[in-house]
Amino acid sequence: MPPTNSDESRNLAFQQAIDADRTVEPRDWMPERYRSTMIRQIAQHAHSEIIGMQPEGNWITRAPSLRRKAILLAKVQDEAGHGLYLYAAAETLGVGRGELTELLITGRQKYSSIFNYPTQTWADVGAIGWLVDGAAITNQLALTKTSYGPYARAMVRICREESFHQRQGFELLSELSRGTVAQHEMAQDAVNRWWWPALMMFGPPDTESPNTAQSMAWKIKRVSNDELRQRFVDMTVPQAQALALDLPDPQLRWNEARGHYDFGPIDWEEFRQVVGGHGACNAQRIAVRRAADEDGAWVREAARAWEVRQNSRTSAA
Amino acid sequence: MTAGVAGLSVVDLREVALGFGDDCLVLSHRLAEWTTHAPELEEEMALANLALDLLGQARSLLTLAGEADGRDEDQLAYWRDDRDFRNLLLVEQPNGDFAVTMTRQLLFSTFQELLYRWMVTGTEPRLAAIAAKGVMEARYHVEHARLWVQRLGGGTEESHRRMCRALDLLWPYTEELFEPTESWSRAADQGAVPPLSSIEEPWRHSIESLLVDSGLEIPGFPAWQSGGRLGRHSEHLGHLLAEMQHLHRSHPNASW
Ligand SMILES: [Fe+2]
Ligand SMILES: [Fe+2]
Repeated sequence: MPPTNSDESRNLAFQQAIDADRTVEPRDWMPERYRSTMIRQIAQHAHSEIIGMQPEGNWITRAPSLRRKAILLAKVQDEAGHGLYLYAAAETLGVGRGELTELLITGRQKYSSIFNYPTQTWADVGAIGWLVDGAAITNQLALTKTSYGPYARAMVRICREESFHQRQGFELLSELSRGTVAQHEMAQDAVNRWWWPALMMFGPPDTESPNTAQSMAWKIKRVSNDELRQRFVDMTVPQAQALALDLPDPQLRWNEARGHYDFGPIDWEEFRQVVGGHGACNAQRIAVRRAADEDGAWVREAARAWEVRQNSRTSAA
Repeated sequence: MTAGVAGLSVVDLREVALGFGDDCLVLSHRLAEWTTHAPELEEEMALANLALDLLGQARSLLTLAGEADGRDEDQLAYWRDDRDFRNLLLVEQPNGDFAVTMTRQLLFSTFQELLYRWMVTGTEPRLAAIAAKGVMEARYHVEHARLWVQRLGGGTEESHRRMCRALDLLWPYTEELFEPTESWSRAADQGAVPPLSSIEEPWRHSIESLLVDSGLEIPGFPAWQSGGRLGRHSEHLGHLLAEMQHLHRSHPNASW
């Protein structure tokens, strides 16, 4: 159908509302492309929360103290909660959780590629909390001002918990770094492996990021990939010094003129490989999610059948 | 033997706290194994809640148990072998499917809630304090398990079949719940814990009425498995401990 005058005027009114910093709410009219972009972004974020439970969940049963076990268990539970809020936010745009899960396990929607790296040691739990949750906060703080209301509000709630996670990760690594020689080495090794993937979490450089212009105009995205990445580096370098751990980048140094840290080139080929399905754990992560969904089908079905029977019993009474 | 509070000996208090604490620790571990495998996200959250509550109780109880000989919660959790664990066989049984997990939870949490409810007014103040907090949690665990047993028992043909199988599988381990150790009997004489025989009837009644409501029944054979409280465990516990303890033991003098 060719665009009509009323489509054009609605588009115009929509853009004006965005320009005036009004949030978009579920009942508001919105361009189809805004809706589909928003669905894709929220779904991808929700999937990341849920898939992200796997690398850390990998250490719950082996946590080296009961106190750390409790902290980790609560953290992984928080991530499930984040997934739930976000699927609920996506639902306001007319797509159900079941449908999105199906898109995830059939590879038609993505999740953050960081979770395709394995957690080999206990220190990885700390590195994820410190670096991955740290990068997530940097991203999500910017998203608290995103134009879609339910998403922005979900971000406010989630950011509060993410900053706990980041502090707990920092504290875990700090204990290791100041601990025995073996513990210090474990911490350094984890930081070596997670640093570059954490920088990749902000996505490709602005010059190669095709969606950015439209997303910026709609205020879905409010800060560019490279700017967020720089914020993260600037925030993290002093923390690494406080931890007495090195960041694995010989080119990392303070640039007085820019007022920022300079850092070395990112291996974007690795990023493309991992996003493209060739990371260490892509197949494993999806297989686990798929198995949970399939193995749980009979349970969900039983709950539905029971519910129906209860309802018919009450309406008959 | 040194006399503890209210005439309860330190050794008996330690044994009682250790038995309870190990129940909580081992069951918490089993529940945590569900992480990322739960049938739906709401259940992912609920199972983690159960695991966290039990872990919290385990930490209080192990801390109390370790007071006598100056061992902390981690020394007790990570440095004892299978033969020194005092938990019920029921809680170390593998998760199986969701019906097995919820049946195990029903059988255990119903028992635990009854014990805690009694112990709140028991003569041992530290056990009473732990029970006062634990009873609220156990109440929620019981409700959660009951709701699922109803749903699965009365859901689909498949869920009903799985519930029957779960009951057959776990029923043998219920005998042990009501077998007092010598320490337990002495603690009961001192009024710190209930005589287990006084819990058995309400436990049975609670389980039986739920099962009947859910179209299920108590298996027609007697329970016979026991020995956990004396350190005679199934093969499953050794593997659970190997996983739980290996990292901690690999770094003997480290703190975490
Ligand atoms: Fe999160
Ligand atoms: Fe987080």
